[in-house]
Amino acid sequence: MSPDLSQIFWYFSIFIIAVGICGLYCILATFNLIRAIIGVEILIKVATLLIILGGYLTNQSALAQSLVITLIVVEVAIMVVAGGLILCVFKNYKTIDTRKLMNLKG
Amino acid sequence: MTTRLIRSVVGLALTSAMLSILMFRLNSPIAAVFELSVCSGLISVIFVTTASFTSRITEERLEERKKERFVKFWLLPIIIVAVLVLMYFYTKPINFVSPAMPQETDVRHILWNKRHLDLLGQIAALLAAAVGVIVLFKEKK
Repeated sequence: MSPDLSQIFWYFSIFIIAVGICGLYCILATFNLIRAIIGVEILIKVATLLIILGGYLTNQSALAQSLVITLIVVEVAIMVVAGGLILCVFKNYKTIDTRKLMNLKG
Repeated sequence: MTTRLIRSVVGLALTSAMLSILMFRLNSPIAAVFELSVCSGLISVIFVTTASFTSRITEERLEERKKERFVKFWLLPIIIVAVLVLMYFYTKPINFVSPAMPQETDVRHILWNKRHLDLLGQIAALLAAAVGVIVLFKEKK
């Protein structure tokens, strides 16, 4: 691999780690279900960028793109179900605060 | 509807748009278009719709939560800065070994001929999501 590609890898790695930490913070710090899902979405974006970066560095961009298209479709399915779940939770409990949703009994 | 949630959703949409620009720069134009239209558009619409059904919290509780958040995660900015500084100084050149695969440049060919099982997986995921939403919003008789 040429030094230029190595440099690109490191710059993107720094960016990816920064965005990943933002996503983790978003999940950990908030008590709002919608914001938690937004954090999950940010982490999925980190995975997407990693796949695209891997494809670019190994000259397999087409394969990486096909994987990312699959990932995006799965992401949409997850988000639709998560949105529906949040609406159901709000309908039943009148809140989407995770601290008030501790009364689930198994 | 809460303006703070809408602001978060707009931030997510802008992140998606920025990611699609990066994808375009990394020789992946088709994935970039998907990212821009689906993640930046459709998912934002889903989130705005969900946020529009919820109600906003009072200002007092908002202030309490802000304090809690900063007290609980005061170490996080320090960790972020430390990791970024360490990575900046540890930028050693890396030699990736390219996988011994024939280089295919056409996404359509890979998606429809080589990874057609992925398409079945996509259809299954979409159907599962549709069934999930139907089950979630089924009215009780």
